[in-house]
Amino acid sequence: MVEHRDVRVVYRGGSRINFREPVISNDSRFLLCAAGEFVKVFSTVTEECVHELRGHTDQVTGVLLRPSNHLQVYSCSADGTIRLWDFTDGILIKTYVVGYPIFSIYASPNHNDVVFVVTCVQNDKRAEMFQLVAVRLPRCADQRVDVPDLSAVLSDVSSNPAAVAFGRAGGFLASVKGLQMEIYFFKTSKSSRFFLKEDNKKGGRNTFTCVACHPKDDCVATGHEDGKIRLWRNFNHKKEYTYSILHWHHSAVSAVRFTPEGTNLLSGGVESVLVQWRYNQESQKDFLPRLGAAITHLAVSPDGALFCTSHSDNKITIIQSCVRVSAVIQGLVKGENVRTDLMVDPRSKALVLNGKPGHLQFYSLQRDKLLFNLDVVQQEFIHQSGLEQFQVVRAALDASGSWLATVEERKRDAADLELNLKLWRFDEQTQSFELNTTVAAPHEARITAACFDQAASSRTSTLVTSSRDGRFKAWRLAAPAHTDGDGPSWSCDFVGAYHGLVPGRCCFSADGSLLAVAFREVATVWSAASWELLTTLSQPPGDIRDLCFGRMSGSKYLLGTNENKMLLCWNLLSCSLEWSTSMDVRLLLPDPLSENMAAFCFQDGSTDLFVFGPGEPRPLFSQKAVCSGSVTRAVFAPREAELESCEESSQWLNRSQLYFLTQFMDLLTFSTRAEEEKLMAANKQLVIDDAVAMTPFHLLLGKHRRPEAASGLSAERTPPPHGSPAIKELLQAPAHVLPAASFLCSAFVKSLLVSAAGSSEESRPPEEETESEKEEEESDEETRTRISRPDQESRGARGGREAGGPALTKAQLRELRRIRKLDLGWLAGLMEP
Amino acid sequence: MGEFKVHRVRFFDYMPSAIRAVAFCRRTERLAAARADGSVEIFNFADNYFQEKVIPGRDGRAVEALCWVGRRLFSAGLDGEITEYDLENLRPRYSLEAYGGPVWTISSNKQGTLLAAGCEDGTVKMFEILEDRIQFQRNLDRQKGRIVSLSWHPSGAQIAAGMMDMIRIFDTETGHASHRLLVERGAGASKTQEVVVWSVAFLSDSTIISGDSAGKVQIWDGFTGTLVRTHLVTKWDVLVLSVSPDESSVIAGTSEGTVTQFQFISSAVEPLPGSDRQWVRTRTFKNHSHDVRALVHTDTAVVSGGMDTQLVVRPLLDKVEKNTQESALRKITFPHKNLVSCAKKAGLLLFQFPDHLEVWRLGDSDGNGKPGDILPVKRKPEKLIQLNRKGDDQICCSALSPCGGWLAYSTVCGVRLYRLQLDNNNICINKVSKVPKELCSAQQLCFSSDSSRFFASSSQSSVVVVGLQQLEWRHLQTLRPKSGSREPVNLLAPSEDGRWLVTANTDCEIHVFDLQKLKLHCSLPVYASCPTAVSVHPTSGCLVSVHADRQILEFSLEQKEYTEWSRKLQQQGLHPLWLQRDTPVTAVTFDPRNPAHIILHDAFMFCVIDQTLPLPDAKTNLYNQLVLRSLPPAERSRNGHAFKICKSFQNLLSVALLEDRSLVVVERPLQDIAARLPAPVRQKKFAT
Repeated sequence: MVEHRDVRVVYRGGSRINFREPVISNDSRFLLCAAGEFVKVFSTVTEECVHELRGHTDQVTGVLLRPSNHLQVYSCSADGTIRLWDFTDGILIKTYVVGYPIFSIYASPNHNDVVFVVTCVQNDKRAEMFQLVAVRLPRCADQRVDVPDLSAVLSDVSSNPAAVAFGRAGGFLASVKGLQMEIYFFKTSKSSRFFLKEDNKKGGRNTFTCVACHPKDDCVATGHEDGKIRLWRNFNHKKEYTYSILHWHHSAVSAVRFTPEGTNLLSGGVESVLVQWRYNQESQKDFLPRLGAAITHLAVSPDGALFCTSHSDNKITIIQSCVRVSAVIQGLVKGENVRTDLMVDPRSKALVLNGKPGHLQFYSLQRDKLLFNLDVVQQEFIHQSGLEQFQVVRAALDASGSWLATVEERKRDAADLELNLKLWRFDEQTQSFELNTTVAAPHEARITAACFDQAASSRTSTLVTSSRDGRFKAWRLAAPAHTDGDGPSWSCDFVGAYHGLVPGRCCFSADGSLLAVAFREVATVWSAASWELLTTLSQPPGDIRDLCFGRMSGSKYLLGTNENKMLLCWNLLSCSLEWSTSMDVRLLLPDPLSENMAAFCFQDGSTDLFVFGPGEPRPLFSQKAVCSGSVTRAVFAPREAELESCEESSQWLNRSQLYFLTQFMDLLTFSTRAEEEKLMAANKQLVIDDAVAMTPFHLLLGKHRRPEAASGLSAERTPPPHGSPAIKELLQAPAHVLPAASFLCSAFVKSLLVSAAGSSEESRPPEEETESEKEEEESDEETRTRISRPDQESRGARGGREAGGPALTKAQLRELRRIRKLDLGWLAGLMEP
Repeated sequence: MGEFKVHRVRFFDYMPSAIRAVAFCRRTERLAAARADGSVEIFNFADNYFQEKVIPGRDGRAVEALCWVGRRLFSAGLDGEITEYDLENLRPRYSLEAYGGPVWTISSNKQGTLLAAGCEDGTVKMFEILEDRIQFQRNLDRQKGRIVSLSWHPSGAQIAAGMMDMIRIFDTETGHASHRLLVERGAGASKTQEVVVWSVAFLSDSTIISGDSAGKVQIWDGFTGTLVRTHLVTKWDVLVLSVSPDESSVIAGTSEGTVTQFQFISSAVEPLPGSDRQWVRTRTFKNHSHDVRALVHTDTAVVSGGMDTQLVVRPLLDKVEKNTQESALRKITFPHKNLVSCAKKAGLLLFQFPDHLEVWRLGDSDGNGKPGDILPVKRKPEKLIQLNRKGDDQICCSALSPCGGWLAYSTVCGVRLYRLQLDNNNICINKVSKVPKELCSAQQLCFSSDSSRFFASSSQSSVVVVGLQQLEWRHLQTLRPKSGSREPVNLLAPSEDGRWLVTANTDCEIHVFDLQKLKLHCSLPVYASCPTAVSVHPTSGCLVSVHADRQILEFSLEQKEYTEWSRKLQQQGLHPLWLQRDTPVTAVTFDPRNPAHIILHDAFMFCVIDQTLPLPDAKTNLYNQLVLRSLPPAERSRNGHAFKICKSFQNLLSVALLEDRSLVVVERPLQDIAARLPAPVRQKKFAT
């Protein structure tokens, strides 16, 4: 088979942003965090991703502000390079090649041009050892520099980046591992070690988890497995060291951090509470509770105004002075596994899957942003080990996205299963799902599949659930029996069974007329209108694993996979097996926008992908070893814009994009060359608009601008009020020389209005209006890749509107005349359209 | 190991009293601890924390403060008197009324010339310390409100006094108050309550540290009288503070039973000259369940005592070598002397309480069983007599004769002897009148094995021998050692055959008197550690002494030299685990059927030493009884060694061997003591 070079597997969105500690820039405006192979730069105010620093070819393992230049940032990666970026412009400045995978990076202002990295040492036959290495970064003009001299500072350190910290003024280095803390003094090149007992009688587990050093005093704070924080002092004496214990956390402390002035100590752990201890007044502490999930990392901005916490649910919270959560940057929530399938919401084109416990998340893949969480279970999640909670196990969306079905279950033991089927209706007004029907115990055993009839017709659809209790049920929306004023609700329409066998997968044909249900080895086909068993399709032995109808031209085919590593295709017209082939298909899914089918096959510890049309067992595309391990979930997400790829191998990606989740919960996708080129082009045109200074005026403008950007309808911004120099002058001129504010006000406000919106009162020639609309449509398409509008285009748009030349009303003309009389010539700019 | 029928006695409800105050004398390394019942105990820290002396208390005299001045010990209490103790005769020497109402605290200056007492009426009274007494010198300016705590500046020119809501600093020359430091009250509901400054400490750099009832430890600048720093330690009271001798560390005891350490630490690793050092809260020790009322910071350890009656010695691991005997935590719960005497022939037990005596008859059983079985009790143990003492003074010692016919006890005022007659169910007790005038008071009492003689230790290590006849007693002789030691006798042991009487005193001397000739037979070479138990072997006539450092010596009285076995033991050395045991051996007895067996016990084990077996060396397993039991009999003898240790009985107060070869084991479980303590302060515990 030919490897198709122009299609490759990439991480695109949904990467872990809580993998390493985030970094806040010196002016507290940007937050940088490692996200997969990129470094993402977020605005701390708007939560938007400003840049992605792309260049690394493996997981980024650390981000660090350059101590000597606060506008530059180092990042290190498992690909063995350290890269220096200008993060305000998103430019790669230098690449230092170290050659060993790097696990974390540290620096201190007192060590010029030296960074400290943790690398892995392969001891012969023994387990991996990590050592802390000083890397002297050579000064030379080249873009890519090999680093010649590495010198080991500490051997046997922990690979956890929280386990190493620099002390006051870079004078010493504290490293913790297991039950040992080592403090290395740079001046004397000596280190002292401190050991703790494994566990004391009271059951405390003393293992170190993290370390932080006080910026002004020689005091080291360490967090421990049992929730204690120790403050070590006098540690230059071998014997007379002393420590005090702070104990609030009930389980392991995952992060400790001092504020830049050293007045406070912050700590966080699994309790999802940020604790702020007063340094030297440790009995006084402040709490910021209910942060949502366990805290994994803590960072403090260099001016101490912002704290930020990373959470285990892939979230970064920005906190202002320990009292108020000011921003939340939420990545794709990844639990241990996804119990629901991956789905695409037809309305928002968002990926729908399990999120926080008991929630469904809607994640926009295009914008790489969590849109919202739907609380399905509507019960408080209690963090306690061994406690069984309700979990969302199945979810299904109908074709128009107006109905959502969820199944939640709680299992204490096999006999005691609690099941709920909930149906949610999309409310146009609130733009969210509202609970319509709750069916308690819809089945007597676990539900194996739930699917909606996917016919895109206006009639309400049908939901089918199949369960281990040997039955499948069809549910339909029915008007209430007695009219209480309640809307229609869902009720069971049909209960089907087949020889007492346990139903597995079920699926509807594309037009919604047929329902196929797999009963162990038998595929049964039912009429969706009359619930008649139309036919049974038997096949070579083996329980059916997956079942789906072909689409479009292949709609006469029903495809299935079974446990005996067979891929089967039945012709529904002849009710016979059309073809079959031997393949261990783990996942079979149809592309809703084409007739293609994708099959993920597991072979030799890795997964292969085959894309084929249902008519014949010939792959359109195949790629071996897509990823290691098996693929658990996948989905075809429709593209917003069709690609015009003419290469045969990537044509199947033209209309939709295939996303899949690996065993290790990585969300991957396939990207074509054309797509990447487009993305690169877009990257180059990035414009920084966050550089606008924060003035009251900016607030006014910003507010005006934001809904426009969010609506996505017209990312095109109105040209800034036409005479921005004029406005500047207006604002700078002394108040006593200006006309009365009431006089200026209406003219000024009107100048801010979007001209298209204001057109209702303006008598515009109709053809011009349509023209501008067309332009908007165009620009809509062009800005889909979430880039700011290119310059030429805006000029073009403005030109178009200037050509229109909105006629001034009489009142405006009169005002204008009066202003002219006042000889405030600069105001003319304001009044100009 | 010989098999015994064991009487497991748990009906001695001995209840130690709460510790009120401790004082440590660095020069002699003696710690004085005062208990709530007024008794004062002296511990020798140089000699394995051995409790050398106990001065019995007296009703109505509650000790509130203790103070060493050189080798002299003073106490003051809420009865308004200042008392000096006679440490040689274990009694108060004199008491002096301070005329200021209850005395809350006393403190002497470093020079040892003045004693300051803080009184209820708001005066600080200065007493001059003279050679043989103290004399009132002057009052400092009288304040409103009681003086609760006092601390001298090491120079002696100033004194800080903790009061209600404030601390005053007095100039001792003029007697005027130079500063008034106002202490903030607690928050919330306690805002209306006055805050009590329970303890102050005046350091040589004029820093004042105070602990108060709002739970704060505050550090003040004594020059300017300003507050430097506040550490909120507890929600309850900080009851006591103590400063280390080098003034680099301060410890505070709280009502929660914790002891918090503060250290004077420079913030930089490499301190520049004159760089700022500050008091930082560091460690917390939690060794008590109740209030820590008494606290001392010695050079190497934190010694704390409180309501839960235990004295805890917590070594500071940065000051001592790790993993040595010195670095182990010690809890001293039980007295290091016998409170139980056993009439071996009659099967009676005498329990000594501070205010009464109890005589019990042991139960009986005729069952037989395998080793380890619990036999059915045929006759339950019964309390025969409860004898309340006369007068206000507490009982300091008591004895029951082996035949069960005589009972004697002593207070600091005198000795009383009773004749007991028990026929079947008739109990008859008669006081024997006409006390010989030589018997004024005694520190130790005992009867000879045939109950014909009665021995009482007296002043200057002398022993008064009294002959007993029916309802009559007669002074026979006063035996005096030649050494002329003035220390009190702490052990008296007559031999089984009536020939010898052994005395040991706190000067570590052991004297042997010949009872037939009524004169000194010999004095043993003085060993460095104080003897904690002595006994004479009934047949071989050897004296076995066990010392506070757990050394065992055997001395032949005939040859007047150490025996071969003793020399061998000294050469080979005792097992390190034996030396590390932290309670002293309080009794040595012998098994008449097995002359080679020595039975001894401490609070957590009893041990049979078989002199015929090889001695254990450092590598052998000392506690090997469980291992031996699992071995076949042939192997057993090969692996055995001389020390056969039984740990199945815990918190032992006494082990005695009766005539019928049954063993009496008196236990006092610590839980029973803890159950009788008042409820501790309420503390919020996580997840409750």
